[in-house]
Amino acid sequence: MAVGLDLDAPDPEHLNAIFRAAHSIKGGAGTFGLDLLQRTTHLLENLLDHTRHGELTLRRDIVDIFLETKDMLQDQMDAYRAGEEPDPEAFERICKVLQQLALEEIGEPGTAIPAAAPPAADTATAPQPETEAAAVPEQAEDASQDAGAGNRLEVILLGVEEKDRDLLVSELGQLGEIISRDGDSERYRVIMASTASADDIEAVMCFIAEPEQLEIRALAAEQAIPATTPATAPAVAAEAGPPEDSEATPAAKVATPATPAKPAAAAKGGSETTSIRVPVTKVDQIINLVGELIITQSMLNEMTDDVAGTAASRMATGLNLLQRNARDLQEAVMSIRMVPMDYVFSRFPRLTRDLAAKLDKEIELVTEGKSTELDKGLTERIIDPLTHLVRNSLDHGIEDPATREAAGKPRVGQLTLSAQHQGGNILIEVIDDGAGLNREKILEKARSSGIAVSDNMSDEDVWQLIFAPGFSTAVEVSDVSGRGVGMDVVKRNIQAMGGHVEILSETGRGTRTRIVLPLTLAILDGMSIRVGAEVFILPVSAVIESLQPRKEDLYAMTGGDLLLKIREDYLPLIAVHQALDIVDAGTEPTEGITVVVQGEGKRYALLVDELIGQQQVVVKNLETNYRKVPGVSAATILGDGSVALILDIADLHRLSQRKRKGGPFDANRTETKSLKEVELS
Amino acid sequence: MNQFSAARVAADSTAHDKEFLVFSLGGEEYAVDILKVQEIRGYENVTRIANAPDFIKGVANLRGVIVPIVDLRIKFRLTDIEYNTQTVVIVVNIEDRVVGIVVDGVSDVMTLKPDQIKPAPEFGVSMPVDYLSGLGNLEDRMLVLVDIEKLLTSDEMALVEKAAE
Repeated sequence: MAVGLDLDAPDPEHLNAIFRAAHSIKGGAGTFGLDLLQRTTHLLENLLDHTRHGELTLRRDIVDIFLETKDMLQDQMDAYRAGEEPDPEAFERICKVLQQLALEEIGEPGTAIPAAAPPAADTATAPQPETEAAAVPEQAEDASQDAGAGNRLEVILLGVEEKDRDLLVSELGQLGEIISRDGDSERYRVIMASTASADDIEAVMCFIAEPEQLEIRALAAEQAIPATTPATAPAVAAEAGPPEDSEATPAAKVATPATPAKPAAAAKGGSETTSIRVPVTKVDQIINLVGELIITQSMLNEMTDDVAGTAASRMATGLNLLQRNARDLQEAVMSIRMVPMDYVFSRFPRLTRDLAAKLDKEIELVTEGKSTELDKGLTERIIDPLTHLVRNSLDHGIEDPATREAAGKPRVGQLTLSAQHQGGNILIEVIDDGAGLNREKILEKARSSGIAVSDNMSDEDVWQLIFAPGFSTAVEVSDVSGRGVGMDVVKRNIQAMGGHVEILSETGRGTRTRIVLPLTLAILDGMSIRVGAEVFILPVSAVIESLQPRKEDLYAMTGGDLLLKIREDYLPLIAVHQALDIVDAGTEPTEGITVVVQGEGKRYALLVDELIGQQQVVVKNLETNYRKVPGVSAATILGDGSVALILDIADLHRLSQRKRKGGPFDANRTETKSLKEVELS
Repeated sequence: MNQFSAARVAADSTAHDKEFLVFSLGGEEYAVDILKVQEIRGYENVTRIANAPDFIKGVANLRGVIVPIVDLRIKFRLTDIEYNTQTVVIVVNIEDRVVGIVVDGVSDVMTLKPDQIKPAPEFGVSMPVDYLSGLGNLEDRMLVLVDIEKLLTSDEMALVEKAAE
């Protein structure tokens, strides 16, 4: 979120949001006794607070520090979640940086970290790993909201020196009314009435005491959410051993520099109720069953015609209701598995920013199709390959500003990430306007690596070479990437998902890496078409227009190809009935309907008999129980329970080309030309 | 939808006895291991797949799962092939896949003791010997035991995509 900040005129709302987030994290960390996390956030929060009030002007380097802190927090969070202690050195470092910043910019040091209590990495009882990160801020929110008027709070100070104690108590006096106080330096109890939440109190006390020296408990019994008040009992600092979250013995152990006590996480249930983990197979089963339900329902609908009398209208009403419910149910179930591509793309602004700074390049990142939905399982698996491609583009694709200017290009390089559905596939592209791939270099490198190449290879085949294991054309491999290092891994990962990668590159103009993934499950806006007696689905996203061609717009080419002239373009005409061997279909282009479609960046005209209509369809993989079918990307189930095939336009064109040539069509051919990957093992 | 689950007789048989679903193809009696059979259903709503071998009739929707339908009668060049309400599809599970096979009819489920299973004949049946696992000998009947998994995953069935190396 900080990435999007306008440095010159930060939007106060934006800043507030960041501040609140940091505050929530801190509160949550306190709640669960995540000590380092809490302290780091605290420092960050202070700085953000000053920024918010306009006392600190944001600069690029400051934002960098903030971002670094955010990473640090993420690392800490991950460590806690894995049941480990975060790296204390990194923590020290970031704290120093933040304090330094506070000192320089505002002239006040952040909370000093008493050197007396170095964070020890060998203490036991990390919070229970199942504590969801997402739940932490929520809990914190609750905590800050449950500040009822005059809650009675019990604040216990553990091992606080007397001079500090007085300070703390007077601080507490600022926050509410002190009712009673007693105890000694080991355990000192203050009962107070305050409108402040436990969180706020803790935040204030942090300036003086270590979080683990504090215990704050609400005495009011009507606390709705007990977990929101940090009831952290310090546990015995165990000798290096596996964390035991079964029972952390609360012990009034003094936190001394020698043996710092760690609070045991009081992660109660309740955090798990926000989400539930379900195996994908279960969801798929529900999806299938709902589909069947809808089909059964439409079957019943057809039967209503046979019912006579008053029962008919009542039945129709009931069935309509059933239909609506079933559709809603289907939609709800479907949405379970889908996440927008934004889930993936949102991580790149930061990556781009960091890398651009590191490489001294000026980069503008553009994302398109963020709302394109994709199966959650795929989004997770696409992140790594995509990250690699983005790094490659930034490192090797886009030139530095000086070189760009010399080449007559704008100083700022553009990196585009786009996602779109295409014929039952999702197409994810990484496009840069950089130097493009160097054909000669790749060939040279291939020869020296002992790969058989020839000078008259098509560009496409040459680009595919960089997917060979260990292939890199980087003159010197930087620490960011060497184009080709790991490209084989990228390709392998994508193939493992049933997809493929293509590279289009133009010297001096840039490189476009295209990942095509099949959708194991997605909803597709489909256009149903009829050819002969068969119904097929075209992805609406691929359909441009439909028309009835006039005779004078058709041009026969040698070799039997037909071209259709539409405005200024000549498009190859694909007779679907011919490609898919459909009998009794109209063969005369001027009598049928021609649908102009787009596939793999090219446009074609499809000759069909009829456009039936538009509907949302569930994409089903044909390859689950069968195999790849030429010209077809997937299948779906229609309202009457029958299966309809979803056409893959580019593949259909290749298929019709092959059939045109009259060569024997090999039904067992599994790979079409575009999928032909140059195997170089 | 006229489908009924294949009856699974309770496991009172000894570990060595095996149960087979008996079906007919062109006047011969064949049998498949009942454990491979998921269900039996009628032949309906099959969507043709273009450019596939003729014995692959297409794909059908089986409760939301898209299943290829193979007609063994065409595959093994039997004559008098009809599709009517009596045509039966046996849905089998092989290698994590679901495939429907079209046969002339399904008669019953038989239990065979180990000593009733003889080696497969070398010839004399429609199906290549490679896909047979033996002959079931009953008093008045002879069942040809089909290794359905081997049959359906074979290259000539063109059902399974061989992993491209």
